[in-house]
Amino acid sequence: MELTLWTYEGPPHVGAMRIATSMEGVHYVLHAPQGDTYADLLFTMIERRGRRPPVTYTTFQARDLGGDTADLVIRTIRQAVDRFQPEALLVGESCTAELIQDQPGALAGGMDLGVPMVNLELPAYSKKENWGAAETFYQLVRTLLKAQLPAPGTPKPSPSRWREEGRRPRVNLLGPSLLGFRCRDDVLEITRLLGEHGIDVAVVAPLGARPADLLRIPTADANVCLYPEVAGPVCSWLERSFGTPVVRSVPIGIGATADFLRELHAVLDLALPADLETVEGQPSEAERRSRLPWYSKSVDSTYLTGKRVFIFADATHAIAAARIASRELGFQVVGLGSYSREQAREVRAAAAELGLEALITDDYLVVEKAMAEAAAELVLGTQMERHSAKRLGLPCAVISAPLHVQDVPARYSPQMGWEGANVIFDSWVHPLMMGLEEHLIGMFRHDFEFVDGHRSHLGDGAPASASASTAPSPEEASATSTAVATAAAPAAGTITAAVAVREALESLWTADGEAELAKIPFFVRGKVRKNTEAFARERGLERIDAEALYDAKAHFSR
Amino acid sequence: MEVPNQAIPSMGVSAPPVQPSPADLNPHLHPDLLKESGQREVFCGLTSIVWLHRRMPDAFFLVVGSRTCAHLIQSAAGVMIFAEPRFGTAILGEKDLAGLADANEELDRLVKDLLERRPEIRTLFLVGSCPSEVIKLDLAKAAERLSAQLLNRVRVLNYSGSGIETTFTQGEDNALQAMLPLLPSSDEEQLLIVGTLADAVEDRFRLIFERLGITTVRSLPPRRSTDLPPIGRGTRVLLAQPFLSATARALQHRGATLLSAPYPFGVEGSRDWMAAAATAFGVPLARFAEVVDPLVERGRRALAPHREVLAGKRLFLLPDSQMEIPLARFLSRECGMELVEVGVPYLDRQLMAADLALLPADTQLSEGQDVDRQLERVRAARPDLVLCGLGLANPLEAEGIATKWSIELVFSPIHGCDQAGELAELFARPLRRRALLQLS
Repeated sequence: MELTLWTYEGPPHVGAMRIATSMEGVHYVLHAPQGDTYADLLFTMIERRGRRPPVTYTTFQARDLGGDTADLVIRTIRQAVDRFQPEALLVGESCTAELIQDQPGALAGGMDLGVPMVNLELPAYSKKENWGAAETFYQLVRTLLKAQLPAPGTPKPSPSRWREEGRRPRVNLLGPSLLGFRCRDDVLEITRLLGEHGIDVAVVAPLGARPADLLRIPTADANVCLYPEVAGPVCSWLERSFGTPVVRSVPIGIGATADFLRELHAVLDLALPADLETVEGQPSEAERRSRLPWYSKSVDSTYLTGKRVFIFADATHAIAAARIASRELGFQVVGLGSYSREQAREVRAAAAELGLEALITDDYLVVEKAMAEAAAELVLGTQMERHSAKRLGLPCAVISAPLHVQDVPARYSPQMGWEGANVIFDSWVHPLMMGLEEHLIGMFRHDFEFVDGHRSHLGDGAPASASASTAPSPEEASATSTAVATAAAPAAGTITAAVAVREALESLWTADGEAELAKIPFFVRGKVRKNTEAFARERGLERIDAEALYDAKAHFSR
Repeated sequence: MEVPNQAIPSMGVSAPPVQPSPADLNPHLHPDLLKESGQREVFCGLTSIVWLHRRMPDAFFLVVGSRTCAHLIQSAAGVMIFAEPRFGTAILGEKDLAGLADANEELDRLVKDLLERRPEIRTLFLVGSCPSEVIKLDLAKAAERLSAQLLNRVRVLNYSGSGIETTFTQGEDNALQAMLPLLPSSDEEQLLIVGTLADAVEDRFRLIFERLGITTVRSLPPRRSTDLPPIGRGTRVLLAQPFLSATARALQHRGATLLSAPYPFGVEGSRDWMAAAATAFGVPLARFAEVVDPLVERGRRALAPHREVLAGKRLFLLPDSQMEIPLARFLSRECGMELVEVGVPYLDRQLMAADLALLPADTQLSEGQDVDRQLERVRAARPDLVLCGLGLANPLEAEGIATKWSIELVFSPIHGCDQAGELAELFARPLRRRALLQLS
């Protein structure tokens, strides 16, 4: 028994729903009690789907349990097949139905349905959503391709058979699904990228595929495992059974996209284009297809140097993010982890490369604690981390499922390929303050204008007492300005006091102190004066000379 | 207190006398109740936790169930309340299924850990789920055992929110019932408002009742889980929510009198709901009019602009929260909408008596659901607006049918004369929006 407050993944049958709903012509009969239909809203709300998921629930109740729930299953399957006329049927059960052991898949097997049927056995008490999606996709492909299985001992097809057949090479894109992160746009981006290299896409699945499309999977020269969480098992099976090679580089980020293209060309026995050649480990020309490399080199990005970034996501996006952050944006990765236990080994390896120990957990509180302890300045995570980061006051970009409706944007925003790298640059850097802006705000940090968010020139004015109070902390200062805003009447007295304090402070400056201050650019001068005075007051200095000014400068540059 | 002899007349002109009983109902009033069974697009009772935990900030709701239960509550609650929530799920693993003895030990350990982390918790609800019911994990015994261990620190109660036994809002009914044995007995004269209300709405009602001269007003559930109202012969129960059948009956067994009234949605419903209390407490008609008439007047003014949008529009209510009948009554009588079909998860004629009596005589009621068949009726009828759950809203919108999400109704303050305008606005907004958008 395990206490869960919020969970990264749903139960495995939700993974099966993701496969069914991603496809066309597939229907899923789910033996489940009232309430389990909640999962429909993941698709209709988060993905804004204009159609109900193709799922029929048996909706059994307590009073059915004494009677014949098996009969309810059979009736429901029959009605669903009649009503929806699917091209393939998935039959399975949710956690409660698993306990009553009606074995709906076996029942369906005994019915003459006239369509291919997959009996899904997804252990609800030990497995989770991504596993369920991968298993469902694998079982469905396996069931549909049974008739095409080559006889044992059949030689592997040559990955360069396209040449003999006088056609362009073609690959399958496997793994994109609903409720995955930006899959819709990744498919477009990768299809375009492949097209530029003269490679066709045979089948994209499960997203948008029909059962008939899955029958064409063996016609491809290679399988691209775009999302290992969903397509890992099916790609391995296709490699074992059909001898189809698998491209396993996931093209997220500049280096990874180049690696992907190189692996793809090698697998298909295609000549590597000149712009993908690397000379003495130098980046290849092709990488300039994205703006990320130049944006990252441009001076405004200097402030990104060494930013402490904490990464937690599904394995695919976590590993990709760690590589981009450390090698392409110059961040310092201070934490790396994933909730994908199935890919824990790969995440651990990626973390070890960065001198870190990977955090493999599905407890978001453990993640939040690690995030706080790592003193992160930027969080790259899921919706869970977005909320944790908000609590900790940290900027955050969402890079992986689980999603919120806002992670399914209207605009084109892939993560993969060259354009994906552009999107990543923008979406990770924007939560941070821009370079010069951050520099200036750092300098003006203690000014009242910046204490409680940005003030507007339209109103409020200066809180009169702010300069008089001794080095207010941001909280105190905001309390002060609130007090001033609500009690304007006694302000006159405060102003008089403030003037007195101002005069007293000004008298502390020696001639060389003033001279040194005058050398400081005007737009920072007031700030430096104020900081130096605060420093002098704190130290009980009687005079502010040039030395004191430099001491103060050193003090505030901490 | 004397038994009142002056009943305050209801606004609902076609309403029967103030105390209707099932026998008073003409069985032919709504002749063709459609009973359906099949796939239900309805949440289970666990979902009630989403508002119950906010009502009682010193209570924790621990679902003993599966990952599905945890995922359900999280998805239903969305990100509205993402924080360290005062609910969680003890997820059963394979080991727990193998041996119930171990499951009990595990539960005790987990509760101990949880309460150490949350020392402010005074009441812990162990909430049964489909899997815990099916494996017959005895949560009543667990609650007893843990209560003894945590004596004087935390009360441990249990109830079922499982989908095989409860729909959506029935979870609150079961939670309240679980609290009843803890209620002290007293024959003190009091008005007991039963059912979760938004705090602000509740304060407003209390103020109005005070002005009416009803001095002792208490609520169930209370704002603090330990601040339990007494119960006995002097208790007059006014139900604020239409889904508390079992609680209402249990309160009657403890000697309380159940006041019959329409539910306090809309001006008329709210006014008659207060009138039922006023009559029971012998509030003079003049006093009632003095206090309530201005509210009625103001409520009507707030309603007027929305009535303009809603009048004559055809409404189809899919079963969801049990609020459908009183809402249909409000939308038809006060907003002028035509009712195509009023679906409810289950029909409790006694609890709905006053509202049913105010529905147009030819209203098509349906009980239960076979969602595909019901959607066929929706498509055939082409209503102007459909009240439905989140799983159905976008698919219907994509077919060109305007919808109102029903879940908003259990989270928004919609009770009382002062809220009548807002309640109507919730239904008018989708229609206004469609009128605004110049898109194909």
